[in-house]
Amino acid sequence: MTTAPERTAYPPPGMPPADVVRVRDLAVVVGDKPLLVDVDLTVRRGERVGLIGESGSGKSLTALAIMGLLPEELHPSGSVVVTGQGPAGGERVTSVLEAGEPGLAAMRGRDVAMVFQEPMTALNPTMRVGAQVAEIMTIHGTVADRGAAAARAVDLLDKVGLPDPADAARAYPHQLSGGQRQRVVVAMALANDPALLICDEPTTALDVTVQALVLDLIVRGVQARDAGLLFITHDLAVVASVCERVLVMYGGRVVEAGPVLDVFTRPRHRYTRGLIGASDLDLTRPDGGLYTIQGSVPAAGRFPAGCVFRNRCTHATTTCETVPEWDGPGPEDGFACWHPVVHRG
Amino acid sequence: MLLRIAERTAVLLVSLGVSSALVFGFMVLLPGDPARVALGVNATEADVSRLRLEFGLERPLLEQYLTWIGGLIRFDPGLSYVSRAQIGPQLADRLQVSLILVAASMLIAVALALPFGTLMAVHHRKASGLVLSAVSQVGVAVPAFLAGILLITVFAVQLRWLPASGWTPPAYDPGMFVKQLVLPALSLGIVQGAVLTRYVRSAVLDVLREDFLRTARAKGLTPMRALVRHGLRNAAVPVVTVLGLQLATLLVGAVVIERVFVIPGLGSLLLDAVGNRDLIVVQDVVMVLVVAVLLVNFVVDLLYLAIDPRLRTAAR
Repeated sequence: MTTAPERTAYPPPGMPPADVVRVRDLAVVVGDKPLLVDVDLTVRRGERVGLIGESGSGKSLTALAIMGLLPEELHPSGSVVVTGQGPAGGERVTSVLEAGEPGLAAMRGRDVAMVFQEPMTALNPTMRVGAQVAEIMTIHGTVADRGAAAARAVDLLDKVGLPDPADAARAYPHQLSGGQRQRVVVAMALANDPALLICDEPTTALDVTVQALVLDLIVRGVQARDAGLLFITHDLAVVASVCERVLVMYGGRVVEAGPVLDVFTRPRHRYTRGLIGASDLDLTRPDGGLYTIQGSVPAAGRFPAGCVFRNRCTHATTTCETVPEWDGPGPEDGFACWHPVVHRG
Repeated sequence: MLLRIAERTAVLLVSLGVSSALVFGFMVLLPGDPARVALGVNATEADVSRLRLEFGLERPLLEQYLTWIGGLIRFDPGLSYVSRAQIGPQLADRLQVSLILVAASMLIAVALALPFGTLMAVHHRKASGLVLSAVSQVGVAVPAFLAGILLITVFAVQLRWLPASGWTPPAYDPGMFVKQLVLPALSLGIVQGAVLTRYVRSAVLDVLREDFLRTARAKGLTPMRALVRHGLRNAAVPVVTVLGLQLATLLVGAVVIERVFVIPGLGSLLLDAVGNRDLIVVQDVVMVLVVAVLLVNFVVDLLYLAIDPRLRTAAR
């Protein structure tokens, strides 16, 4: 893993798409317990990147670290650099871990926006929906005045497919369904045309019939703005339909990364293989049961030393007591496993 | 929304009817004849029956109840059994004094509790939050009369900044009125404020853990602005509940402070009336207090509706 600070790595116009977020050697500890270790992650403009893994693997924590919204008692280190549009059309670069609260507040909701998992609680129950969408624009001054913000809020609600957007803008969250609320949250997140949209399990709490609609909104919204998307989920089918690249997390580490098709059809890390096997409900073991990963995810900070997966891995040997090296051309493509799955041909 | 208000109003009216019947019934059930009680053991039978006739104590209970309630509704509760003085003006005077005292102390309590409770919640992991927390614990533990005596000792006796006791109507001498109001209002306000601070703290702590506050931060609001714009209104429901309870308690419970500071409020009127065995005055004062408490609860219910839109439509 490189530890070189990333400061001037932004290509001028005409070069390949710029990074909207670049995470290097991100570690998060609480007390002496490590929660994230050596996380590397890059999302460029127009790119849709998935972050998958079981609950407790560190996906949401990574997202919160990018937003600079980690709880006070968690201590991050490494580097997180977000590049968005500056006020005058130029670039604004925020070093999230070093920036103060004013700098972070200017970045949040403008350069990076976030859609959270639970639409039922993500909106303020005592504030009208339209006002909540309008607020994100008035905070960052992306509209002329309050009246313009209110009008654009109705427009955004219309764009995310709420019937009677003017009525919806006057509604309180409890008067909308879960799917409608999540549309409101998406409208809010996209209001300022952010360079990066982070979605943390945005459809997990929704009915299956609504999931596809909300996913479609997110993908279309991101494409229309040429924004980067970091999509967190444990639903592999969703990643396959939404993302181009994927990172697999386990035990607070990125254990495998690569293009979605490669990772899903030719997984190299034993954990990825297990995850894909467990997701495939058509695939059955010789005894007729479904494939599962044995054991369960240890509590935060209680992962084994060396390879974090070794206590659940059927291929683990004493070699696995040392941390496996990253094997691959770069942080966007590779894996960290001593006994990878071998694919022929 | 209108339905909710109508519902609350109906609850208020029914409670008023039931509680007035209870107050009346309770006084009837008290052993002894009110006329005999008022006149004392040495009164002759003739005196007693004359008084009974004069105040209609011979008439059926329902009629007595309706006469009493009718008088109160017309703000004309009639004459005292003992002094034969009009009760109405006296009641109005005393009520005004009590309301001023209670309002001033609640203002002090809220002015202390909102900023300090919020700060304690925001800094609950830091030393400053712990210190504030400890101070408010002490405040909760001190009874109001003790706070009053301490305040008198320091500000009236030693520093001689403020008068130790007494009451001047605001229209008569506004300067003196304020000076005499400060210490009793402070004694009640500091103690109630300490209690309220604890509730503000826990309400704000709860709100800080809410998802929508994280959403507000994610939109680009600084922690303090997110709390003010999205948190405080949501924290207000539990705080308003406690505030209502405290108001009700203060109206009745200011008696001790009225004694300490020699203030002619409702509490002292009630104590005097009990001492004089003036049962009709006792009955009237108790009813006024009941009405005040019910009105406070009614206003609290309306505030809930104003604060939380979910309550406007949801079935109870």
